[in-house]
Formats: sequence, C-alpha cells, structure tokens
Amino acid sequence: MSQTGLQLPQLERQPMEPRALKSIILSAITIACAITACIPLFSVLILLIYRGGKRLTLELFYTLPPGAFDAHGVGGFGNAILGTAFMVGIAGLISIPFGILAAVYLAELDPHSKISETARFCAKTMTGLPSIIAGVFAYAVVVLVMGHYSSWAGGIALSLLMIPTVMLTAEEAIKMVPNPMREAAYGMGCTPAQSLVKVILPVAMPGIITGVVLAVARAAGETAPLLFTALFSESWLSPNNPTASLAVLIYNWSSSPYENLIELAWAASLILVVLVFVLNIISRSMGGKTKL
Amino acid sequence: MEALKEVDANEAYENDLPADVALDCRAHQIFYSDFLAVRDSHVPIKRNQITGFIGPSGCGKSTVLKSINRMNDLIRGFRFVGDVHFHGINIYDKNIDPVSVRRNIGMVFQQPNPFSMSIFDNVAFGLRLNRYKGNMHEKVEKALRSAALWKEVKDKLKNNGLSLSGGQQQRLCIARAIATEPRVLLMDEPCSALDPIATRQIEELMVELKKQFTVAIVTHNMQQAVRVADQTAFFAVDISKGGRTGYLVEMGPTKEVFENPQEELTKEYLHGEFS
Ligand SMILES: Nc1ncnc2c1ncn2[C@@H]1O[C@H](COP(=O)(O)OP(=O)(O)O)[C@@H](O)[C@H]1O
Ligand SMILES: [Mg+2]
Repeated sequence: MSQTGLQLPQLERQPMEPRALKSIILSAITIACAITACIPLFSVLILLIYRGGKRLTLELFYTLPPGAFDAHGVGGFGNAILGTAFMVGIAGLISIPFGILAAVYLAELDPHSKISETARFCAKTMTGLPSIIAGVFAYAVVVLVMGHYSSWAGGIALSLLMIPTVMLTAEEAIKMVPNPMREAAYGMGCTPAQSLVKVILPVAMPGIITGVVLAVARAAGETAPLLFTALFSESWLSPNNPTASLAVLIYNWSSSPYENLIELAWAASLILVVLVFVLNIISRSMGGKTKL
Repeated sequence: MEALKEVDANEAYENDLPADVALDCRAHQIFYSDFLAVRDSHVPIKRNQITGFIGPSGCGKSTVLKSINRMNDLIRGFRFVGDVHFHGINIYDKNIDPVSVRRNIGMVFQQPNPFSMSIFDNVAFGLRLNRYKGNMHEKVEKALRSAALWKEVKDKLKNNGLSLSGGQQQRLCIARAIATEPRVLLMDEPCSALDPIATRQIEELMVELKKQFTVAIVTHNMQQAVRVADQTAFFAVDISKGGRTGYLVEMGPTKEVFENPQEELTKEYLHGEFS
C-alpha cells in the first residue's frame, strides 16, 4: 500500500470473518440467557399483580380471615402479616446477635483454630439445609417439649435458617476490613474489643446489614419450617398458641375450594413477593455504602 | 500513662540510662517463628531528637521499630529476646500491658491509615480511648496545628478522614498519634507513599515535633535521614550463617555516620547510595 512496499496490517473490523462471527454468535447466546434469567421474576410479578392486585386493599392489613360462608370480597389477613413479622422478629433476635458474634470469632479472634474451621464448615453445610428439616427439628425440640404449637417454635425454626447466612456474610464483611485499619487501631492503643467496636465493626456494618436483610427476606417467605411449628390460626396473634403467617396462609388457602380464599392467597403472595423484592433492593443499596 | 505508673516499684527496672536517652532498645534476638530476623542490636533513642533507622530492605528496621511499642505482639510466632527500657521499666516485662505501652509510644505507618470517620473523630480517637475529660475541641485543634494540617481542614472537620489527599491523610495520622501527647513517636517510612511536596511538609513537621516529642523514623531515603535525623542507626543483613539476619552495624550522630563511618559496611552502603 505504501510507497516503500511495506504491508500495513489490516485493522478494520471484519464482521463476516469466521472468528468475528463466532464471537458475535456466542455473545448473542449469552445475552439471550441473561435475559431469560430475568423472565421468571418478572412473569411471577406480573401474574401476581394480575391475580392478587385487585384484592390489594388496606382492609387486608387489619381484618381477620373470612369464614367459609362469608360473602365474596370480605376479610383479610392482618393476623398473618403480624404473625410473619413477629416470628421473623424472634428469629432475628436470636440469629443476628448470635451470627455476628460467631462471625467476630471466626474472622477476627481466631480464624484458624479448630473451633473456627468446624464452625465455618457447619455453617456452610447449614446454608444448604432443606428448610423442612429446620421445621422438623424445631417440632421435636420445641413443640413436643412445650406441648403445643406456638410462634416461639416458628421463630426458632426460622432462626436456624438465618444463622448461617448472617454468620457467613458477617464473617466476609469483617474480613474485608483492610489490615492497615487494624494496625492503626492497635497502634493507637485499642484493646482488641475496642478495635472491634470502634473501628472494625463500623466499617464492616454495611456488609453485615446486607447479610441480615437477605436472611430476613429468606425467612419471611419460608413455609416448611412453620408448618410443623406455628401451624396457622384464624385469630389475632397470641404468641403461645398456633400463629398465622403469610407463607402458610398461601399454602393453605390456595388449595381451598373457596374463591374468596383463593383470591386472598394471591393477594398475600403479592405482598410477600413485594416484601422480598424491597428487602433485596435495600440490601443492594446497603452493600454499595461501604466506605473504605 | 496511668497503667505504666502502676507497675510495682520493686518490679521496676533500675533506671541507669544516660539522662538524654528516652528509650533504650536492646534487641538480642527477634524471631518470627523459627526465623531469626534481627540480632544484637542495641539502639538507644535520645530524648527530643530524631533517630533515623537506615539500611537495605529486609534488614529488620521495621521489625525493631515495631518491637519498641509491641506492635509485633499481634503477629503469630513473634518473639523478642531482650528488653526495651522506658521510664524505668522494661516494656517486655510480664506484667506490662502492651495496650498501655502503645498509648504512650505512638506510631505512624507507611501507608496513611486514617479511620473511616470524620477528621475530628480521627484526632479525638485516642483522647476518647483515654477518657479525656477536658476541652476536646481545643486538643483536636492543637494536634491538627502541630501536624500542620489545621489550615487545610478547619472548615471540614466533619468530612471523612479518607476524603483527604495522601499527604493530608498522613498528617492526619500524625495528628491522631500526637493528640494524646505520647512520649515517643515511631514512624515507619512515613513518606514513602507520598509525593515530594508532601514529603517535605512531613519532614518539616518532624523537625517541629521533636521539640515536644522523641521521634524514631525508619526511612529508605538517605537524603531524608541526612535532612531530619540527629542520630542515625545503620542496619544490614548478615548472610554469613546461611540465614538472613539483620543487625545494627553502627549508630551515632548523623553527621558522623555519614561523613566518617567507622565500619567498612557502612562506607560501602553509603557510597553505593550516593554515587
Ligand atoms: N510478619 C512477618 N512474618 C515473618 N517474617 C517477617 C514478618 N515481617 C518481617 N519479616 C521478615 O523479617 C525480616 C525483616 O523485615 P523488616 O523488618 O520488614 O525489614 P525492613 O523494614 O528493614 O525492610 C525480613 O526478612 C522479613 O521477611
Ligand atoms: Mg520496613
């Protein structure tokens, strides 16, 4: 091309060349798969809005379930919303302090000890625990011992599922705190406890909260652990007795023969999914807040 | 400071140090697990002077410096054979609390490491640890002025310490370290992460600080040692016995060490560095 006869390399794009073509096709496939991955969530949301949206009124939140022969459009599930909140609350009160303190030991105090290795392995195995097993376990150790179904048993079953998530995400978050910060804390004359409380935990907090929120979101939607522990109830929350929850409500009512109950089950599903959706968005925005 | 005074009088080391020595580090052996990192290094640190530690990398300068305020206790397998005399006590004595040692012997690190909190809280951090009851604002301002940072940050004390530039962050760390008025300030290559202008500012600051404090600084920069250090300790690595053990080759007033070194090794090293 040039006057000296030097061959300049070909630099323009050649979309039809086999190499480029292959790359285009591969990209297209991956994009298609990525888009497909979004379809389930959105179709579930659309379906729920379509089926449950029309029953979504404020009344749902403060009325009790309808009787079988109540007129169509009557009743709500305030007790189930309250029950879910209460039991997730109990589970949180157990699992959050427990999980975070265990994570502090694993990440900060003695990461390589036998206890740490064992606890980490157990927690990882527990994340894969089928939730029904948590229910059966809480049935055996709480319901059978107390002699009756209760919200306490439900809360304990849910906490079994939350602890490993809280613990492992908190451990990761604490490990992410850069070492120079620890050195600075000790260099200033912090005791290990002071360095933890004043320096390390504040930096790790957004990550820890992300884990907590994800664990709460998971627990709020669990049915199986509550089936054997909290059962269900048609009346307002009474912690020592069987307790209603959104998840069990959906399970029970969706297979009922009454159109009224089926419609309410759709509305409950919509509320639950929106709750989980919102919690996930919160956890994402928390995750981005880490200041380092 | 209190905790150090609590040491029983008969436990206390008989103070036979020369009057101008604030702290006397006698490191016979320093180990990381089985590895002998430093041997036979006697480093007296003179009051209200700057002592510079120089030498090739890996010769144990940081190891000795961090041994002085027991920062190395945090490292698994670390073992210090020897003693560090400070105000009549040996800080490696069994009943000495390393936490209170660190509150009296402050440290500034190679990488600026402010806490993720406001500039004010960074400086107030040590004061709060020590439950300081007086006027916090006054103390914080004084420390920031001493660290030559006050003018730059006085209008943004609420901003996060990490939002400052590298040089400002390092001066913030110095302000944080001197706010509690430690007797001794240790600095491990405090300028190596900084640009030349910031380095100059920190050097001027050190010269200013020695009026109030006793300073020991590790530096890999010979010119810096010449500019700021009153005393210079030259370390080297001994590879004769198969290991890589650091030791103190010679120590003395900076001028003498640089202009008239007693040891052949020092001559060679300085010659290499300056030619
Ligand atoms: N935490 C540690 N664990 C094991 N060996 C270490 C550790 N820190 C330093 N060393 C070793 O000790 C020797 C001295 O290191 P250091 O004091 O950092 O040297 P300098 O600061 O003079 O460059 C080196 O051989 C280094 O590899
Ligand atoms: Mg070093």
